[in-house]
Amino acid sequence: MLPIFADVHDTFWFPKQASTFAPQVDFLYDVILWISIIFFIPIVIAMVYFMVKYRQRPGYKGSTEALHNTFLEVTWSVVPTFVVVWIFWEGMVGYLRMQTLPSDTEDVKVTAKKWVWSFKYKNGAESDKLYLQVGRDAKMIMRSDDVLHSFFVPAFRAKRDIVPGRYNYMWFQPTVEGTFDLFCTEYCGDNHSGMITKAIVQSEEEYNKTLALLAKEPDDIVERGKWLYERKACKGCHYAGTEGAQGPGPSYNGSWGKPVPLAGGGEVVFDENYVSNAILNPQGQYRKGYETASAMPSYKGQLKLEQIEAITAYIQSLQSAEPPKK
Amino acid sequence: MSVVTSPVTMPDKSQDLGKEDNYLTHTSGFLSWALTLDHKRIGLMYLAGVLTAFTAGGILALMIRLHLWNPNIDKSQAWLTNQQYNQVFTLHGAIMVFLFIIPSVPAALGNFLLPIMLGTKDVAFPRLNLGSFYLWICGAIFFLFSLFATGLDTGWTFYTPYSIESQGPVVAATMGVFVLGFSSIFTGLNFIVTINTMRPPGMTWFRMPLFLWATYSTSIIQVLATPVLGITVLLLAAERILGIGIFDPKLNGDPVTFQHFFWFYSHPAVYIMILPAMGIISELMSVHSHKGIFGYRMIAYSSVAIALFGFLVWGHHMFTSGMADVTTIVFSALTFTVSIPSAIKVFNWIGTMYQGTVVLNTPMLYALAFIFLFTIGGLTGLFLGALSTDMHLHDTYFVVAHFHYVMMGGTLVAFLGGLFHWWPKMTGKMFNDFAGIVSAAIVFVGFNLTFLPQFVLGTRGMPRRYASYVEEFQQLHQLSTIGAMMLGCGLLVAGLTLLHSLFYGKKAPMNPWGGATLEWECQTPPPHDNFSSPPTVGDPYDFSGIEYDPKSGGYIKKKK
Repeated sequence: MLPIFADVHDTFWFPKQASTFAPQVDFLYDVILWISIIFFIPIVIAMVYFMVKYRQRPGYKGSTEALHNTFLEVTWSVVPTFVVVWIFWEGMVGYLRMQTLPSDTEDVKVTAKKWVWSFKYKNGAESDKLYLQVGRDAKMIMRSDDVLHSFFVPAFRAKRDIVPGRYNYMWFQPTVEGTFDLFCTEYCGDNHSGMITKAIVQSEEEYNKTLALLAKEPDDIVERGKWLYERKACKGCHYAGTEGAQGPGPSYNGSWGKPVPLAGGGEVVFDENYVSNAILNPQGQYRKGYETASAMPSYKGQLKLEQIEAITAYIQSLQSAEPPKK
Repeated sequence: MSVVTSPVTMPDKSQDLGKEDNYLTHTSGFLSWALTLDHKRIGLMYLAGVLTAFTAGGILALMIRLHLWNPNIDKSQAWLTNQQYNQVFTLHGAIMVFLFIIPSVPAALGNFLLPIMLGTKDVAFPRLNLGSFYLWICGAIFFLFSLFATGLDTGWTFYTPYSIESQGPVVAATMGVFVLGFSSIFTGLNFIVTINTMRPPGMTWFRMPLFLWATYSTSIIQVLATPVLGITVLLLAAERILGIGIFDPKLNGDPVTFQHFFWFYSHPAVYIMILPAMGIISELMSVHSHKGIFGYRMIAYSSVAIALFGFLVWGHHMFTSGMADVTTIVFSALTFTVSIPSAIKVFNWIGTMYQGTVVLNTPMLYALAFIFLFTIGGLTGLFLGALSTDMHLHDTYFVVAHFHYVMMGGTLVAFLGGLFHWWPKMTGKMFNDFAGIVSAAIVFVGFNLTFLPQFVLGTRGMPRRYASYVEEFQQLHQLSTIGAMMLGCGLLVAGLTLLHSLFYGKKAPMNPWGGATLEWECQTPPPHDNFSSPPTVGDPYDFSGIEYDPKSGGYIKKKK
């Protein structure tokens, strides 16, 4: 349990500072917080003081004359102006630091898809958690397969939207080893709040070991199917366990060979044809009961025939398990 | 479009019945309301409409908060499914923004007050005014349809490409927005023409009540910005139906273009929501302090400044979307310009109390609550306008808390204050002041309890629009839920206080608070034609001759 909570807030306001951006963001945040307090307290004190001092009461009659004081008015326009110019400047400097990519980075290709993250590393390894090396600049090359998503690791104080149809980039340097929450922060449909994974920061040695391990595709076809299931974003909607029926999409479990009711009426048998159609043309044979679910993207061109067969074999292997409870 | 301020003969029957003739009793029957051209009745119908919408949106808000009592990681234990939750927050946002906040002050209170404050019989185009109300109804029906049809789940922002592929009734909802946009444009147009052409002799621009300055600035935004929203939602509908390829990346469109279009309207819309509220506060602070407003000209200019700057800052909703660095930095700089006129207003309102005679009644307490809450809302905007901190806070609960402090702590609280303030004029009944004060206190505490924890949630990294969350956030979410329930109770007390007054309230005097603007020289409730003879226009903030008259329970103007 403990590593999951490694980024529980460290101070009252913030999670742990786990990247080089964190100190500068937190510093500016703290300064603005103090500026706000310094403005807010006198406003409230004046308000309460006037409320009490000039309250209507027997024997007291205030003035009715409208006041106007050029000196005061200029002061309270000009002083805040200088303050906000400073805040703007600090924010801009910090932002430009985040935008300026360092020359030597560890590149990770990030693919966001409803509602799963997929990370591809230089050596071809793929994972659904983000592995990073401590003290090394990491560059995210991000694209989306469907709708808008946003990459956010609170402990890194780093965020960037992922926009379909283009690559968006970001970089950061993790400074602490540990496991941190990685959220999607742009609303992306039914399971938006389930689009959470972990950023795992490791030492150089461990990191290389993890990558080597991740790069190895299993030989057994069913194992490979499962391996793909976890990496190709199937897992986000289609559950494979016995609790299956709760996912946004139909469960794989115990479905093989059974008739499937279709949204437009009629039935079709859950077989090789059905699986391959459902992967390549998901809206072709819509399953009954999932009409209002967010649409699944097509995998045409993204999965090879051999990979579809492996996934099919994996689904087939799930038939012996208990059927899902509805 | 005649300025009918000439003496009008009162209908005889009113005297026969021994009953007072006012706009409520002038004619009767369903059609006399449904087809009325009287701005006061239209305002009242709007009021009923927006309050109904507010109740619906508020119930949805409480559902959101109740659902978030638990982290809901185990879906079988969750109260709502993810889909239901997404539909609930979408409708909460859409109803509150399009059906409640935007029309609340201008269409309901503004319609009632604007002609009376100008000493005229009606707005410039009474038929257009009625038309805009029916457009509002029409838009509301579209929303009702999306409420009961298989759920709309795009968020009120309709971000592409999700809104293109969502199975929900996006086209119906966007048509609703389109129609409501016209309702808003018509109201704005009407007010601009009315203020420009129908001010009474002697009321120069700088002798206008500040509420009118605020309404005028708002109307300009409504007329200039709303068409862009109309085009945007039409394009979205066309994209869904015809696949024209503007926003959909699959057709070589760009989803960020939609965000630019959408916020080009929706950011100025924030000022459509807050400017009239600021206008109300200017009136409330001076009337209940029995003191001329501090720095009249600065408040008037700052309304216009906010309206203009408001057009230039839409990009700050998109700081993380991957815009060019220069664009991002320019938008950040422009964003900070809006903070200055807002700050000026706050200082002026507080300056108004200085040396005055402050009466701590219900409207005044709501106004003071507004200043407190709006200041927090404004100051937390600094964190979001600064680029590096925004990279962390963008799309988290910090943003949610920030805009609720502005929209709800600001606009809603000011709207309530204004409603209590002008309620006696509108209905002819006084409400129970103690009950009103209790409601203001509960709303104030409940509001802070709801939204202060959300700032902390956001800074700790809680993303918005989440149906479930990681467990470490639970305590703060529960605090917020308790606050929301309290806030709900406070609003219920406020509603019951007003309802109670309708049946058991004392008859309201002509000028219960001691205001100096023209509506207080009009009978209570106003007669059908507002003024039987053109009122004399004085300084709207000259309280020197206005004194309490124990006999009538109100204030009267002493002849100098």
